Amino acid sequence: MSLSLLPPEFKIVRDDARCIACQVCVRQCANDVHAYDPEDDWVYSDYSRCVGCHRCVTLCPTNAITCVQNPLDFRANANWTHAMITGLHKQAETGGILLSGMGCDQPQRIYFDHLLLNASQVTNPSIDPLREPMELRTHIGRKPDRVEISCKDGKVKLDTKLAPQLELATPIMFSAMSYGSISYNACVSLARAAKQAGIVYNTGEGGLHPTLYEYGPWTIAQVASGRFGVHPEYLDVAAALEIKIGQGAKPGIGGHLPGEKVSADVSRTRMIPEGTDALSPAPHHDIYSIEDLRQLIYALKEATDYEKPVGVKVAAVHNIAPIASGIARAGADYIAIDGLRGGTGAAPTVIRNNVGIPIELAISAVDQRLRQEGIRNQVSLIAAGSIRNSGDVVKIIALGADAVYIGTGALVALGCHLCQKCYTGKCNWGIATQDPYLTKRLNPNIGSRRLANLVRAWSLEIKEMLGGMGVNAIESLRGNRDHLRGVGLNEVELRSLGIKAAGEA
Amino acid sequence: MKRIYVNEEYCIACRLCEVHCLVQHSQSKKIIKAYKEEAPQLMPRLVFEEEGPLSFAMPCRHCADAPCLDACITGAMHRDEETEAVLCDEDRCVGCWMCVMACPFGAIQRNLKGTKAASKCDLCYGEEIPACVAHCPNEALVFEEREQ
Repeated sequence: MSLSLLPPEFKIVRDDARCIACQVCVRQCANDVHAYDPEDDWVYSDYSRCVGCHRCVTLCPTNAITCVQNPLDFRANANWTHAMITGLHKQAETGGILLSGMGCDQPQRIYFDHLLLNASQVTNPSIDPLREPMELRTHIGRKPDRVEISCKDGKVKLDTKLAPQLELATPIMFSAMSYGSISYNACVSLARAAKQAGIVYNTGEGGLHPTLYEYGPWTIAQVASGRFGVHPEYLDVAAALEIKIGQGAKPGIGGHLPGEKVSADVSRTRMIPEGTDALSPAPHHDIYSIEDLRQLIYALKEATDYEKPVGVKVAAVHNIAPIASGIARAGADYIAIDGLRGGTGAAPTVIRNNVGIPIELAISAVDQRLRQEGIRNQVSLIAAGSIRNSGDVVKIIALGADAVYIGTGALVALGCHLCQKCYTGKCNWGIATQDPYLTKRLNPNIGSRRLANLVRAWSLEIKEMLGGMGVNAIESLRGNRDHLRGVGLNEVELRSLGIKAAGEA
Repeated sequence: MKRIYVNEEYCIACRLCEVHCLVQHSQSKKIIKAYKEEAPQLMPRLVFEEEGPLSFAMPCRHCADAPCLDACITGAMHRDEETEAVLCDEDRCVGCWMCVMACPFGAIQRNLKGTKAASKCDLCYGEEIPACVAHCPNEALVFEEREQ
């Protein structure tokens, strides 16, 4: 076997004065970085395998361990960077596609960080959300073109039949993460937190474990190209259905859950043989046009008696605006758009880092296009793809979204440290794994509490920001670009976002 | 009475319960000093069981009908009137190990390194929450009242 040219990515620095050789690090590392030598009564670290997940750092009772980027420097080169060189070495050794977990980590422009929010001063009053009502409730689904009401004997009656709606207590949803890609305990955490927070989570295309049927009213059931785990009961228990066409991290390509992750339980839930690779085709083999999509949308509506919203999830690609227009006209009740920085359990690195467009531009383009066509009311827009904090939520809603999907943010709340090694199945935090030694590390009682806390905290912050703008309902913010200004953006970018530059009145 | 219970499905086998048990029962109660200076005399007062992915800490159950109380020949093993915890008076223990034999849970150990007395959980006498529960990173150990 020839010598690997790959240097260790991280370096474990152990403070010998603090290490008590309790071996917690040894027991917690699924990558076998730490080992105890009984002869020396000492713990050693072979950090060539370290992925930088910080499990040992977090659990060390004496804070004796730190994990740092391996300071190895190649000769400085702005073109052939460290990542380029090690990527080439890895491919030369394996002959394979480079894989990554989580979303794009490259310094593509993050438009959120170039947007600033407005606040009321003197000429219009701000609102104190602690003293006055502030409405964050959001309804996902088709809104009528007009509302007809009639009055009889002093009673007002709504004559227009409303399309089914998904009611959210706050405009935040947990995005699609399948059972298989994440652990059962992670699914339970999301489901319970969604119920507690009055929002919804999404099954991904992993089917729905029977023990989670009780969380049906807070569940979006996904129907994706592999059709895994789709059966009448699955569709019936969910609050809404979602046809997944694409994912921001890997637009245009399918999914691949390795056979090692298809445990007995995952196999039953997905309705595929145990230990076999779960391959989701790149396209739906029955959808090659908007007309085909319409057929599936209506097949699902028909199957569920037109009682629940049916949405479509697509990745943000160059011509997203006309695509979204087509999806709206195909009868979708909502469109979820997943941007360039959207997460994944596994994607070819080159695709993750290079394919798609940022969600800020995509949502803005779609919102403006649907308004121009006069069909914005026919669909709700859900923005996904790296919504990192409540500020991002407010900004993307002001750019035209109805609500947001959070995936990576939710996983980070569960303990994820973004080591990007989801595809190895060795998640030390018990999230992206089916290994029974590791899955129990995520206690759903703790997980759901942390997630519900996150949603609560963001909601409070959103209320504060709305109050500052003098707005008392999230509805009034949607597509309200007057509340946004851009800094450091060129004219084309400002036009795409439909906003003025900071300083412009 | 409040007892320590284990939710073994969330026990991650880190054994921090043992670490903090040892520290709590050290002289200094300082983790680094306890391990680096006092450790040869100390041992955790709970038993840790592990087989495959299943693992759990097994501290004394503080049984209502504790066989160790009957088995003790010196009266070292006694029930604390205030907390109802089963405690071992190490000064009176002669190391006959009858309690070890009698305990149906195997929760009593021989401390052959230090006191030469029976070593068992005292629910961290005087503390509101036992150290193992307070430091369990995954809430696998809980301290609560349950119907027997």
